[in-house]
Amino acid sequence: MSRIARRFAALKAEGRGALIPYLEACDPDFDTSLALLKAMPEAGADLIEIGMPFSDPSADGPIIQLAARRGLKAGATMPRLFEMVRSFREQDADTPIILMGYLNPIEAYGIDRFCVDAAAAGIDGLIIVDMPPEEAGPMQAPARAAGLDIIRLIAPTTDDARLKLVLNHASGFVYYVSITGITGTRSASDEDLRAALPRLRAATDLPIAIGFGIRTPQQAASASRIADGAVVASALLATLAETLDGEGRATERTLPDVLAQLRELGAAVRGT
Amino acid sequence: MRVNRRLPRMDALDKHCYTARPDTSAASGGLNTQAGMAAMTDGARVNSLRSGPDASGHFGDGLGGRFVAETLMPLLLELDAAYKTAKADPAFHKELAYYLKDYVGRPSPLWFAQRLTAECGGAKIYMKREELNHTGSHKLNNVMGQILLAHRMGRTRIVAETGAGQHGVATATVCALFGMQCVIYMGATDVARQAPNVFRMKLLGAEVVPVTAGAGTLKDAMNEAMRDWVANIHNTYFLVGTVAGPHPYPAMVRDFQSVIGDEVKVQMHEAEGRLPDVIVAAIGGGSNAMGIFHPFLDDPSVKLIGVEAAGHGLDSGKTAASIERGSRGVLHGNRTYLLQDENGQIIEAHSISAGLDYPGVGPEHSWLHEIGRAEYVGVTDDEALEAFQTCTRTEGIIPALESAHAIAHAVKIAPTLSPETLLVINISGRGDKDIFTVAEHLGVKL
Repeated sequence: MSRIARRFAALKAEGRGALIPYLEACDPDFDTSLALLKAMPEAGADLIEIGMPFSDPSADGPIIQLAARRGLKAGATMPRLFEMVRSFREQDADTPIILMGYLNPIEAYGIDRFCVDAAAAGIDGLIIVDMPPEEAGPMQAPARAAGLDIIRLIAPTTDDARLKLVLNHASGFVYYVSITGITGTRSASDEDLRAALPRLRAATDLPIAIGFGIRTPQQAASASRIADGAVVASALLATLAETLDGEGRATERTLPDVLAQLRELGAAVRGT
Repeated sequence: MRVNRRLPRMDALDKHCYTARPDTSAASGGLNTQAGMAAMTDGARVNSLRSGPDASGHFGDGLGGRFVAETLMPLLLELDAAYKTAKADPAFHKELAYYLKDYVGRPSPLWFAQRLTAECGGAKIYMKREELNHTGSHKLNNVMGQILLAHRMGRTRIVAETGAGQHGVATATVCALFGMQCVIYMGATDVARQAPNVFRMKLLGAEVVPVTAGAGTLKDAMNEAMRDWVANIHNTYFLVGTVAGPHPYPAMVRDFQSVIGDEVKVQMHEAEGRLPDVIVAAIGGGSNAMGIFHPFLDDPSVKLIGVEAAGHGLDSGKTAASIERGSRGVLHGNRTYLLQDENGQIIEAHSISAGLDYPGVGPEHSWLHEIGRAEYVGVTDDEALEAFQTCTRTEGIIPALESAHAIAHAVKIAPTLSPETLLVINISGRGDKDIFTVAEHLGVKL
């Protein structure tokens, strides 16, 4: 059983959903983002998404765009991201790590080599924003051989016929993009989410995580109950950005502020 | 050439690039009719180079495609279906032919550039006068087709990206004509260097949104237009201005622009009784070049040359030559040649011409490059400026800086060619918008 499957099974036994925070590699610098990554499980993260910065994140809103820019400025590359995960794995063998990013940096690294190196570093799953199932062919076999889950995105616009295609070959969990829009802009209501889930449940046995537009502890708690997990990205990155100095460098507030917010989210998801 | 007014078979239409349907004689006249038949005959050939892309939008070995977030996939499939339906509908072709003739002002002339020919001393130079279209460039050919499609699809709001502002102006123009809401994303750098076009768009009722991300040029405007579309899919149509982006845009924009090459084929036959030998066109995303190249892809005697903006020089690091200095990658929904670093991050392009200042190129051009059917070369900022002046002085035609790149290369090769060689330059746009940029480079204060 993969780390992702084990974690969702354990949470199900506990009777709650997962909290899945996001951080951008090397935002605002390598050491700070590594320290943040290492501190996340203790602060409430059940799974962690690490964003690989891309120069042209066309599916992302302004908050993640800026985070990506800071990450690139601080020298984020695929090898640096792998280095972060390797270091994290020295202390944590259980928390699943998902790499989220755009296809071009992966292709530039080389798809086969990427899958091997990502798995070796301790990455468990991939969310590739601009790789719909129709274009996933070249990634499928190397990812499976390396034991990496390709996590599929489902959107409110995905109709029933398409749902089958998207879920074919899906593994790990399913990521439900809860709004039609870019990251960090607006939120779906609980009613929308409750209405959307049965259709997905009927189509897959995989755990379902909800992302896009989840900001507050209340939203995270309710999304993690309606589905099996809640992804929080822009809200944490916005907090991180607020703590930076005039030159965009980390300050003494950076880690504590982001982790404090994560603890609140974690407590809400755990119902404590 | 005999005018053939026989209707093509309906099942054939779907396989072919767009051409005005020949049953619109009142609106299109003989020229469009002949051009249409020429294109349809060619497109029907087995092993035609004109039959791409495949059903999933790929050219050759994996170029093109649909690399977008899942939210957009159903919309692209809907667009693909709507375009296929329109393409098979004679009423759509009739309507488009009407607007192309009476609103755009087609056909555009094929002009024998006698003085430029004499000055170069070699090939006989013709100019395809796309700058004479309404709004001053080839852009309206595509925009006219897509606005009719958007209208059919019931969309009420149009978003578009623009570099030089030519596509933005064309889009704002048809939105005014059809009473649609129009939002144009334009890089902040381009807003500054293309002020006249920004004002034009505003006069036409469009909202112009300056984009400050990145270098504030076309690539950044494209990102922002995609973000707008994904957030407003219920009423919004994304009107892409070039032969790039996710399928079906590269094929659809090419089809609408192929009217350029279809006309050249007929006009050259009327003028010289044969096919041209060389066709030269500038390439940013590549829509004017694809429009004039595509009808000639199956005529191997016709040499096709795409001129990229070399900027300060191909090896200066300040260039927009995606084919010559780029490599395969995925950006803006398609796999194509891109300017990128070893980590797959996109590099900012540079060109004096805002319309060519893009780090990618349409996937079909990448394919034509890989199979060697078209040749791609670079022309620097300085060479384009020189050609801009040469064309203006010898022909009395002020070309767009984009088109000046094509002229520069034509002027370079014409002396090496025999006087029997027929060379066509696509004058994709007029240069009025560029006079401030040119004045600045010539040290003239306006």
